[in-house]
Parts: sequence; C-alpha cells; structure tokens
Amino acid sequence: MNHMPTLNRRAFVIGSAAVGSGLALGLDIPFGPTVVRAADGSPEVNAWVVIRPDDTVVIRIARSEMGQGTLTGLAQLVAEELECDWSKVTTEYPTPGQSVARKRAWGDFSTGGSRGIRTSTEYVRKGGATARVMLIQAAANEWKVPASECTAASSVITHTPSGRTTTYGKVAEAAAKIEPPAEVKLKDPKDWKLIGKGVKRLDTADKTTGKMIYGVDVKLPGMLNAAIKACPVFGGKLKSFDEAKVTGMKGVKKVVKVGDNAVAVVADTWWHAKTALDALPIVWDEGDNVKVSSASIAKWLEEGFDPSQPAYIGNENGDAKAALAGAAKKVEAVYNYPYQNHATMEPLNATALYTADKCEVWCGTQNGEAAFAATLEASGLTADKCDVHKQMLGGGFGRRGQTDYVRQAVAIAKQMPGTPIKLLWSREEDMQHGAYHPVTQCKMTGAFDANNNLTALHMRISGQSILFSLRPEALVNGKDPATFAGLNATGEAAIGYSVPNLLIEHAMRNPHVPPGFWRGVNVNQNAIYLECFMDELAHSVGQDPLEFRRKLMAKNPKHLAVLNAVAEKIEWGKPAPQGVFRGLAQHMGYGSYVAGAAEISVTDGNKIKVHRIVAATDPGYAVNPAQIERQIAGSFVYGLSGLFYGGCTVKDGRIEQSNFDNYNSMRIAEMPKVESIIMPSGGFWGGVGEPTICVAGPAVLNAYFAATGKRIRSVPLRDQNITFA
Amino acid sequence: MANLTINGKSFDIDVEPDTPLLWAIRENVGLTGTKYGCGIAQCGSCTVHIDGVAMRSCGVLVSEAVGKKITTIEGLADNGVLHKVQKAWIANDVPQCGYCQSGMIMAVAALLKEKPKPTDQDIDEAITNICRCGTFQQVREAIHAVANA
Repeated sequence: MNHMPTLNRRAFVIGSAAVGSGLALGLDIPFGPTVVRAADGSPEVNAWVVIRPDDTVVIRIARSEMGQGTLTGLAQLVAEELECDWSKVTTEYPTPGQSVARKRAWGDFSTGGSRGIRTSTEYVRKGGATARVMLIQAAANEWKVPASECTAASSVITHTPSGRTTTYGKVAEAAAKIEPPAEVKLKDPKDWKLIGKGVKRLDTADKTTGKMIYGVDVKLPGMLNAAIKACPVFGGKLKSFDEAKVTGMKGVKKVVKVGDNAVAVVADTWWHAKTALDALPIVWDEGDNVKVSSASIAKWLEEGFDPSQPAYIGNENGDAKAALAGAAKKVEAVYNYPYQNHATMEPLNATALYTADKCEVWCGTQNGEAAFAATLEASGLTADKCDVHKQMLGGGFGRRGQTDYVRQAVAIAKQMPGTPIKLLWSREEDMQHGAYHPVTQCKMTGAFDANNNLTALHMRISGQSILFSLRPEALVNGKDPATFAGLNATGEAAIGYSVPNLLIEHAMRNPHVPPGFWRGVNVNQNAIYLECFMDELAHSVGQDPLEFRRKLMAKNPKHLAVLNAVAEKIEWGKPAPQGVFRGLAQHMGYGSYVAGAAEISVTDGNKIKVHRIVAATDPGYAVNPAQIERQIAGSFVYGLSGLFYGGCTVKDGRIEQSNFDNYNSMRIAEMPKVESIIMPSGGFWGGVGEPTICVAGPAVLNAYFAATGKRIRSVPLRDQNITFA
Repeated sequence: MANLTINGKSFDIDVEPDTPLLWAIRENVGLTGTKYGCGIAQCGSCTVHIDGVAMRSCGVLVSEAVGKKITTIEGLADNGVLHKVQKAWIANDVPQCGYCQSGMIMAVAALLKEKPKPTDQDIDEAITNICRCGTFQQVREAIHAVANA
C-alpha cells in the first residue's frame, strides 16, 4: 500500500466534500484550498506530520500504545527522516473514522503480533522523509535558491552557501502547499541518529501524576455508567431478569438486555450500577456447554494423540515415523498448557454515545479500525456517522484487539439515545469472559541411533486453534498455520534445529471456551514443549543441554548466536553458586531470535527462587534499546506469571477463577534481575513486545529439573503446589 | 452525605457511607488518577494515603475515611513541584502502560517516608502491587535512585 502524501491530496478532496456534507472529521480547513489542518489550525505537511508555528512537531501515530513503547518508537522512525528537534516532538492519534474518510491514509491501526513498528517502518519513515523534502523546498522557494543547496537538522533549515537559516515552524504553512515528491530515499541505517537510541518515552509524565486518561477515565456531559454480566457459561443465553427488584435502588436508571447473552444495569455511578447488578435476579439458559470441565477437555485433547485421528502437518522433513520405528532408543513425553486470562490491569471498558444519526465510542483498543467496524455493526450506522476515539490502554496483551466490549457499550447506548454510557466490566467479569490463551497438549517423541545421535523428532500438538474461532478466513485448508509458531521450516517464526526426520502436526480440537491472542500467543506453549523436551533428550543420552542443542543448530546461526550469548553471560560451562541451578532455552517468534537462561534455587522441593535471568534478543534493528530492555524484563514477568500462576480452569462450562486472589500475578519480591543482551544483527525488523515471553517458562523449568531431577510438564506450577520461595 | 478531606480540600459528597472510598474518589469527587484494578485489595492500583499510610482504597469504606487526611496521586506533588518519587519515575522511565503506577507511586512514597533508604528486602515486603506490564525492575531501580539521591 502506498502511504505517500500524494494520497492525502486526493484525500483532501474527499475530506472537504465530507465536511460539506456535515461529517465531523475533526479536521478544520479554514485557510486555503490545499492545506489540510489539524484541529488547532496548524498545517499538515502530510498525514504523519503537523508542524505548529512554535516548531512543535506533532507526529501522527496509527497504532496503539499499551505500554510497549510503540508510540515513542514510531515517532523516532518519523523524526529520524524528518530531521526535526526531538525535544519538540509530540504525538496524536488520528481517529479510524478520519482514516477511513481519507482512504486509510494512516494504513493499518492493528497493534498485535509485535507488528506495531516492524510492519510500518517503511511508510512512516517515508512520511518523515517526504515532509522533510517539502519543508526544505519551502525554505528554498522563499530564499529563491535551489533546494539542493539547503540542509535540515533539528528542525532548522540552512542554506549552506549563504548561511541563512529558518525553522520548520516558519515554513510549514508554505510546505503544506507543495506537491510532495513522488519518491524519497530513506537513510542508510549507518546514518541513523535517533533510531537505535534509547530515548525516553514520550508518554511518561502524565502517567506519574494521575493525569493520563485511560478509557475508564473518560468523562462526558450527562454520562451514565453501566455494569454488565454475561452468561457465565460460554455459549449460554440470557433467559430473564427481574428488573423490579432493583429499579428503586439508588442511582439506577435502567436495566437493559445486551445482545442475547448479557444484562446491564445503567446508573448514575458505576458503583451504583454494580451494586444493583449484584442484586438483580438473573436466569440464564446455560445450554449444553454446562457439562464441560477441564477434565473433559483434557480427555478430548488426549484422544487427539491417537494416530487414527486427523491432524494437520505444520513442518515435515524426512520420515519421522519410520525413523522412530527403527530407533535404537526412544524418548516420549506429554506436556500440557492451560487456558490463561490476559488480566490487563485496566478492566475492559468502552464509552458510547448514540443518536439517530451518529455513534461515537471512546475506548482503549489495540485496533482502532476493528473497534470502528464494531461500532458500525453494533450501531447500524454507516462509516460517515461513526467514529472511535482511542484512549490510552491500561494494558492490552491481545485482549483489546477484540471488540466484544465495544459492541456491548454501543448496544447499551443504543437503548438510551443521546446519553453517553460508560460500560465497565468488573474484574470478575473480565476474568470470566476472556479470550483465553488456548488450551493444548503436546506429545513429544524423539529417536536416537546407536551412537546417541538424534535421528527423529515428532511433535503432535492436540488442542485449540485461535484462528478457527477468530479468523477462520486465515485457515489454510482447515489448518491453523499460527499454531506452529516457532516450529516452522522457514519464516518469521522458524524452528532453530535441523533434525533429519521431523514431523510436527496439530490435531485440532476446539472446546467451547473462546480463545484469543495472548501476548506471545502460540510460541509460549511451543517453546515450553520443544525446549523442555530438548532438555529431556539431552539428559536421556547424558549430554549437556547446551552442547546437545548446538549440534543441531549449525544451519541456524542467528538462533545459535542468541543462545550462545546467554550461555556465555550466565557462564554455562562454569559451576553455579552453591545451591543454584541453571536452565536455558531459545526460540524464534515475530521475526526476532530470543534466548533465555535462568539461575534458580529450590527449597523443600517446591519453592523456587529465581535469582537471575539472562536474556538475549536479536530483533534485526533495535529502534529503542532502552524500551526493548524494558520489554524483555516485562516479558519475564508476564511469562513467569503465566508459568507459576496463569491457569484458568473450567467447571460446569465456566471459568472458575474470578480475580487476582485465585489468578495471581507476580509481585516485585518474585521478580528476578533480568540482564538483557540486545544484539541487533541488522537487515530485518523483528518484533519486541512478545517473543521473549516464551523462553521464560522453559528456562526456569529446565533449571528446576537441574535442581531436583524432576521434570515438570504441566502449567501452571500453582496446580502442582510449586510456588515462589 | 459525607465529608472527605482529599489533597487538602474538603468535599461534601452525596454518597452512601458503605461505598468503597475508591469509587467516592473516582466518581463523586472526580479524581480519576486512582485506579480500579480488582476491588478486593489485591492489586494495589487504588493505593492512596490515609493519614500518611498507604491503603488500598477499594477496601476502605467512606465511613472509615471521614475525618481522615486522604492524599491521592493528584495531591502528591507539592504546589506543582513533583514529589521525588514522581521525579525518579520520569528519570528512570518506569511506567509502561502506566495504569498501576498511580498506586505503585503512592505505595513507594509511603515506604520512603518510613524508610528513606530501603533495602531490597524492605522493598519486597512493602511493595506488593501488581504490574502486568512487569515494570518491577525499573521500580526497584528508581526506588534506590531516590534513596541514594
């Protein structure tokens, strides 16, 4: 897709026509026919760059900031090419409605799969470069000199022969009227000054004073608050509720049915709404799923290991089955991985205002365009009558890529036209109506010849597909390719081992619990399966787990490089401190190569203290190493929280966990020191927010085996009475 | 009706005495820096100071807070001058999504008032807030930075 500003000139025509027809775009065009203006009247040099007369540079960000630093990283990319003064950079979100009205001038809004930066690097840098060329041209025109004699740095344009200077703020108005160049050349990476620099985040100050507005903090005149309960059994319906029991309660305005499976109380305050909702008698039609339990799901998944059951092949070379049949030695193990809730700190919420000819939504979302589409669908209005105003996300982790909460807010607001409704889920609702990390089991089988060489590896995954539920159009002849993340032969999530006979397959079984993309997604369980089993294989033939891996990784030097880096830093070959044991793991996901090594001690066989983590990542290019370091450290908190505590169990068709008292998350006391090794090898753009999570679990589990001789093959450790010391 | 003293100001609010202080602060007074995370005093996102002590406001009733001196994140700065913890949070780029950080900062400010030079163990014992982004490493560094300033 071409995101060059030439598009925007055409978009202007569409935009002004739309304004003429009464569409509120948030774009005001009072001064001239060819300049698109920001809300404050400052000229857009192009869709990505607005420059105010005081030299403030406003960089437009289409992707969502949810803590991962994308907002700052994307601004760095634009600013690198723009050659602006970084200290005067600020950012703003265009709305999805504006983008659609301008033929998707800002491209994809989706912020998931660690793609926020890596899939938009080209066009956002071109946005910055194009703006720079136009600004320089405007100055040259004013001075009546060739643009080739002018340079720009730190928002100052200099005419080199005469030494004259001007600033971006002074020429932005004129630059906005210049026809953008058809082609711009991007900088050679060796000339980058801002990309690769660990500059401070742009969004920190307000997060320390309480001023930052998250979706949950939105206030609109006349706004009411809604609390909601959906049928606790997934797939169940709302049968009836006794409104009369709560209508007299303080603050209660209305009780409404939401879709076919939920009921909401609308009140002056959320506390009143929730209090009334808790008192509301509700009858559910729970349906057949009420019979499902974790045990019944596990049994169904185990049946998927039966070779007579169908399975999709994800990666195959040689003849693994024949090699296994003729093996001198075979090793077999079954692993399993549970449902997990994202548990974003900010429970799901959205605010909607519906009138007969307009529907607006304010919410945190990982995908503004998906929230926009949901608003259209739920309101029944057309794109020109809807918009979504993105707020800061109090965590996303994949959950806010979905739009169920947006649809609900609109459905409630539609029943109270003209009144803004803020819908907020209780933590309990959030915990029990998630889009859960899917449940799988995996049967691992390895074969050795008489000389203890690994001759075959067979992975048979049985369990749930995310794409089957969420993006069935992405299935390939029924197969969910994403299931094989980190296990593929090639690509952005490729396996790091060469095994002469390899078979990796998936017996798809989709229980009724809705799955979702959970930070890291399928590499999380695949890395545990593969990396713990690699450890098992090494130990089964008396080999060092690092050396065993190295022998299989000669053809994958980038995988090997990060593994070697952590091994060296944690001093793998040397004795660990007294009572301390080591484990390691490597994997690839989201285009990046990652490895982790852990040092742990174990007391009483079940209390783990994680003393030290070393983590290496090769993301190709590292846009902001300081933020990457924070993503790596945070990934271990998310990954180890998942390993120790993160399991959602199913009973009577519903999720048993309800809040942080029974679905715990790591605290600072449990957090090991994470030593990050950021080793960008250049030439590609890998993701950062997710890949590292997957090595946290296996590194610690392998260390646990080293410490105890006991192999843990089931997550979470909570359910095996293993805790943090 | 209840009278609450928040950030040095007196507020007469129309609220039932058994309302959790968190919701009175957010909805009746309108200060939204204090966050709802769990409602059962587990996560610490709603931490405020009550008579100088860090408390989880979702677990405190309005009736229990009447007559006490309540400080929220909005009242931590002194006449526009940021508290040393806020300054350290900015200097160390601590927040990621930031949602838990109001509570985290309030908890840390209370710790440092009691123990100006906390050990790692002091930090482990006093700071039990949940952060799902996993900012703990930067939180710890920033606490030590304040202590050693």
